[in-house]
Amino acid sequence: MLRIHCPYCREVREEEEFGYAGEAYIARPAAPEEVDDAVWGDYVFHRKNPRGWHWEQWQHVAGCRKVFVVKRHTVTYEIAGSWTLAEGKALYLSEEQS
Amino acid sequence: MSGYRIHRKGERIQRQKPLSFIFDNVRYNAFAGDTLASALLANGVRLIGRSFKYGRPRGIVGFGAEEPNALIQLETGAHTVPDLKATQVELYQGLVAASTTGYPSLDFDYKGLLGKLGRFMPPGFYYKTFMEPVNAWPFYEKYIRKAAGYGRAPVEADPESYDHLHHHVDVLVVGGGAAGLWAATLAGRAGLKTLLVDEQAEAGGWLLTDRRSRIDGLEPTEWLAERLAELDSLPNVSVLTRTTAFALHDGNLVQALELVQDHLPLTERNAALPRQRLHKIRSHQLVLATGAIERPLVFGYNDVPGVMTVAAGHSYLNRYGVAVGREVLLQTQNDAAYDAAFDLAASGVKVTVADARCDGPARWRQDALSRAGIQLLSGHGIARVLGDKTVNGVELVRLDGQRNAATGKGPRLNVDTVLSSGGLTSTVHLFCHNGGRPVWRDDRLSFVCPDEGRDNIACVGAITGRWELDEALAQTHQACLGFLQKAGRATGFLAPKVNGDAISAPRAIFRLPDGKPEGRGAKAFVDYQNDVAAADIHLAVRENYRSVEHVKRYTALGFGTDQGKLSNINGFAIAAEALGKPIAEVGTTTYRPAYTPVTFGALAGAHVGDTFEPRRYTAMQASHDARQAEYETVGQWMRPWYFPKAGEDLHAAVNRECLATRNSVGVMDASTLGKIDVKGPDAREFLNRIYSNAWSKLDPGKCRYGLMLDENGMVMDDGVTACIADDHFHMTTTTGGAARVYSWLERWHQTEWPELKVRFTTTTDHWATVAVVGPNSRKVLQKLCGDINFDPEAFKFMDWRPGTVAGLPARVFRISFSGELAYEINVDANYGRYIWEEVMKAGAEFDITPYGTESMHVLRAEKGFIIVGQDTDGSMSPIDLAMGWAVGMKKPFSFLGKRSLSRSHTGGEGRKQLVGLMPLDAATVLAEGAQILNNTDDTVPAAMQGHVTSSYHSAFLGRSIAMAVLKDGSKREGDTVQVWAHGKSVPAKVVSSVFVDKEGVRQHA
Amino acid sequence: MANRYSLWSLIKHGLKHHESWQPAWQSPTPRNKYDVIIVGGGGHGLATAYYLAREHGITNVAVLEKGYLGGGNTARNTTIIRSNYLWDEAAQLYEHALKLWEGLSQDLNFNVMFSQRGVMNLGHTLQDMRDIERRANANLLNGVDAVVLSPSEIRDIVPLMDVSSKTRYPVMGASFQPRGGVARHDAVAWGFARAASELGVHIIEQCEVTGMLIDGDRIKGVKTTRGDILADKVGCVAAGNTSTLAKMAGIRLPLESHPLQAFVSESLKPCLDTVVMSNAVHGYVSQSDKGELVIGAGIDSYLGYGQRGSPHIIEHTAAAIIELFPSFSRVRMNRQWGGIVDVSPDACPIITKTRVKGLFFNCGWGTGGFKATPGSGNVFAHTIANDAPHRLNAAFSLDRFASGHLIDEHGAAAVAH
Repeated sequence: MLRIHCPYCREVREEEEFGYAGEAYIARPAAPEEVDDAVWGDYVFHRKNPRGWHWEQWQHVAGCRKVFVVKRHTVTYEIAGSWTLAEGKALYLSEEQS
Repeated sequence: MSGYRIHRKGERIQRQKPLSFIFDNVRYNAFAGDTLASALLANGVRLIGRSFKYGRPRGIVGFGAEEPNALIQLETGAHTVPDLKATQVELYQGLVAASTTGYPSLDFDYKGLLGKLGRFMPPGFYYKTFMEPVNAWPFYEKYIRKAAGYGRAPVEADPESYDHLHHHVDVLVVGGGAAGLWAATLAGRAGLKTLLVDEQAEAGGWLLTDRRSRIDGLEPTEWLAERLAELDSLPNVSVLTRTTAFALHDGNLVQALELVQDHLPLTERNAALPRQRLHKIRSHQLVLATGAIERPLVFGYNDVPGVMTVAAGHSYLNRYGVAVGREVLLQTQNDAAYDAAFDLAASGVKVTVADARCDGPARWRQDALSRAGIQLLSGHGIARVLGDKTVNGVELVRLDGQRNAATGKGPRLNVDTVLSSGGLTSTVHLFCHNGGRPVWRDDRLSFVCPDEGRDNIACVGAITGRWELDEALAQTHQACLGFLQKAGRATGFLAPKVNGDAISAPRAIFRLPDGKPEGRGAKAFVDYQNDVAAADIHLAVRENYRSVEHVKRYTALGFGTDQGKLSNINGFAIAAEALGKPIAEVGTTTYRPAYTPVTFGALAGAHVGDTFEPRRYTAMQASHDARQAEYETVGQWMRPWYFPKAGEDLHAAVNRECLATRNSVGVMDASTLGKIDVKGPDAREFLNRIYSNAWSKLDPGKCRYGLMLDENGMVMDDGVTACIADDHFHMTTTTGGAARVYSWLERWHQTEWPELKVRFTTTTDHWATVAVVGPNSRKVLQKLCGDINFDPEAFKFMDWRPGTVAGLPARVFRISFSGELAYEINVDANYGRYIWEEVMKAGAEFDITPYGTESMHVLRAEKGFIIVGQDTDGSMSPIDLAMGWAVGMKKPFSFLGKRSLSRSHTGGEGRKQLVGLMPLDAATVLAEGAQILNNTDDTVPAAMQGHVTSSYHSAFLGRSIAMAVLKDGSKREGDTVQVWAHGKSVPAKVVSSVFVDKEGVRQHA
Repeated sequence: MANRYSLWSLIKHGLKHHESWQPAWQSPTPRNKYDVIIVGGGGHGLATAYYLAREHGITNVAVLEKGYLGGGNTARNTTIIRSNYLWDEAAQLYEHALKLWEGLSQDLNFNVMFSQRGVMNLGHTLQDMRDIERRANANLLNGVDAVVLSPSEIRDIVPLMDVSSKTRYPVMGASFQPRGGVARHDAVAWGFARAASELGVHIIEQCEVTGMLIDGDRIKGVKTTRGDILADKVGCVAAGNTSTLAKMAGIRLPLESHPLQAFVSESLKPCLDTVVMSNAVHGYVSQSDKGELVIGAGIDSYLGYGQRGSPHIIEHTAAAIIELFPSFSRVRMNRQWGGIVDVSPDACPIITKTRVKGLFFNCGWGTGGFKATPGSGNVFAHTIANDAPHRLNAAFSLDRFASGHLIDEHGAAAVAH
């Protein structure tokens, strides 16, 4: 059972309080009408699905209802940290670059 | 007669509390503190079962969770429990139990006859046969299924209850043996909130059997009593016995099962308490002190009743005052087993010891053996056990000093009992539950947990391979000081002092050789429950099932209810030998919960019966009950389905309700629809993005039907949304979609458009909604509400007005799901029942008729309005549903789902489209779910064109109507199609899906 | 077949102390190059190799398995087999598989213990029953057997089920596929392995693919922990691990790998003769030939490759089973486990060519792959052999996620399976 730290409530809570909300930081095309079906389909459906560290969204559905980001290892389920979406993005982008 | 009760000093049974019990219809005597197993052994009952595959006679082998054979059926009727291990059943007065194998009886078993052909039934034999004749498998299978299985599941509902309890502690200690007790003591003294759990009726573990050790000068049970008294005195420490920690999950969550009342006679159980309790324990620091289990050696016919582990024989003696035999051969490869030999001999049992080590045990032991007159045969092993339903002798062989091979025959001994010890196996299970693997130690001849444990998990005692009490307690002390220090706690405690004696190293031997090639001698069992012999493991390897997992799956090693507690290491060692690899390389199979079996009811806890899942009712519930409403399950809600009057069935009620509504006035409870309050300067922009239609120009006081698409372009939800103010909207959703849409809005806002200033509040439960529907609905409202102008020009269709209805502040929406003149009154939900009754009173003169979901379905179908989830299935775009009018292609923002609409397939030809259907026979109602064909030729697969989504008899039209999705439906109006269900075809004409009042005059009245 | 299994072979070998049994499959040293490499030695991969050899005469094939063969989801599923899916494309593909199941033991000369005891999907709401009607009629018109049962008919087949109106979600009826049932999962992997090996296929265990060798737009082979192996064609059949392989080829897929949990009870005398599935209460149950109740749950919501999930899923599933079968409350769970299921957006598989010539993927079976094993292998072999999909898997190409032609089987797949 995962234990997740809600960066808004600032407490660690049981997994059952949260809803999993998918891969984080997926960029919706700014001009969908200008991309072809393949690019649009990639956005709607394709996912990294990594065997390793994963930046993912969780929502505190039984609590503050905020959506935040968690960096979790999909094999060991170890959680490296959880951040607000804004704070996490900077870290996420710096990782993507390196 | 081969077992008997003796008085043993320090025994744990209570002689002053005799009791009686029944096993296989025979009454026996025993004492409080006995297990069913110890009681049976005390009464000389040896034959306890017949093996799974070969039907061989079997007896009790162990004394606890490791028992593979003694599976019994406890009690009868509703209280029965199948497959309990007799070694784990606490005896109580009047207990009734039965064996679960042996047909027609334990003594004479048909399978046992068949089992004599066992040589033709190697592991996996069922994969190699039963294939002829073709289609005969069901025949064979029927008998295989009958022959399999131990106990019987109950057929009645469970009369007892269960619950869950959550704990958050600083330290959880699993295992109340010496190491666990010491760990709990240190944690308790350091002031940490500590919980200790032990699976047995009393804590102590091996301390209850051990007579030789001295801890701080005390005998083991004296030290145990001292520890328990101290723990009891510490307010920050709790001890739970009869509580088995059976699973370790991520984040140090341990599940433990407490047998709260299983040890009490049925008549003494308290119905107000649970039978068992599932504890869910979170700890900062987990301490695993689960000890070790002695495994037997593997040798020829080691499954004859009367062959047990040394630890079992020793424990039955010292704890239960039961001598398991009168003439015992004790076969060992280690020193520790000798304690049992001495204790048995001191109790009057004739003991002979065979030691696989040519040099025998430590010197001081050999001296003690001589003094006690116990014969020692060093360098000997058992070749085969003699006897069929009970042991009556053994044949030994002499063993080579280096290789595990027989060098010649040994003596034949007349014994009635064989106790064997192959060494200890660390109980590593919990440590390995979330993916960890144990480590093989050649010097310990076991897989063990690493000394350093892992994050927040300390491993103490025999679980790390420390078999001797002195080293176990010393390591426990050090490990605990470690985590106490990390926790910033006092660490100045002294470790207990334990006497240490010299030990000779054990011999690395698992399968005692009999001088014959494996497979040619007497069957030597490794896994008793699944009849897996050493030869079977060799066979698996021979057939290239070489991975340890393949060996397990092919032979069924370790698959039983004992989960390989006695058999795993022996099995892996034999596999290693067959593979020519070291054991460390062979590895182990995966450890999975549960350590010992867990009652389904305990897992469910209180989520059964009435508390399985909440039922949601609206505030008007009592009103509906009073009017004999029948209910329909919609998501978690119970919605009135129809309101039958006396003698009416569904159809009669619905016909009446629909006619009454269209002809006069009806009333429906619409409270279950989702409501979301959307507020903020960017509320309009937000709605434009998540709805397909346009919201920029909706003025305060106006409503609009909103269509919601997912990013795949398919209709996801719908509902009428009202503009309260420029920055404030009252959104509604379908009943079933409310929670999903609420999360949808929040997620899109927070992850994609956080710059939009808008917030959402779920108000589904805040508002009660009463729909007043029909030509007389305005009149009813006017009676109840004096401060709204209901003139058609002042209050148009799709307007809403605030006002006071029946004295309550209300929002009144003039919206219609039926195509009639209609108003929906929304008030504070606390007044739901009140407003409902007021509406009923005001409508009485118009014969106001309450109607439910079924009539609602009919009325909206007559107008061709879709129900998301019934007329849609996630594959219908708004264009497919002829709702292009609800798609604002000109909106500047590419709303959710828009781009998907122009994909090649989504925007392509030949798609299924929403249509109406009218059966040519007006009296025939099509089946919902019927498939649409173009013709009635019987080709299979048929070319299906679509299906019927909604179908009713329309009382208003006096004929049947239906909605359907049909390929190219919009181009097929006027066609006749065949509507097919279960072999019958009904012709129907494709029509517009609007059946009543196509011009929409009625709703604009 | 040289190593033919039969009752006679048991007698013959039994008399010889079982010392002369041949290996069920060979473990050869890998060649440098093969015509086809199949990555993934589970049921689907082994079936693909078998049908390549058997039906297409392509025997210069290697199946590369990173662990022990059949050790992934094939070893972990709850063994349910049925073909009563909603959409034509899905129903026809699963029905193709079901027809192959019906002769599989004889075909492979390995008893996979395929038991057609029926599969029941319960309906608890009016909409459930509409969906059941729709699916049953579609099944019948697709040549798939289907019956719609009333609560009393259900009770006749499953006496221990509570079909009363007192439960939280009263059973209103069920769809029933009489030809559906279960099989012994390990036997399927071993049976296909043995048959394929007999035809010359190389099965290479403990061989993990670590990279793809791609030259321009064409596959050349794979890098493995046992060295580089070249091939003209590579078919990836790695279930939950598919995205990792695809990434090696620079391909993105619409898959998410989730934990899927299941558990078994202790062994009981026969008390359940069919397979019962319920979406409403979230659980499904059958009884194995060994007597254990085999119970499956829905997926854990988060991504997971750990072959384990969260315990509350098991707890809720136990509650669901008791809700349907109140008398099972006192039965005990013996063991629980988990697999890694690759879930696709429309709960349908992806059996496809890719933009890399010679590289094929067969994945996305999610929670329902076991039932398709022979059919999946069969059409995938065709796809690889012909470099073009079989009629039955043409609809399941990767590009449906661009065109929008999804085949949404969430309803029929529902709780899982």
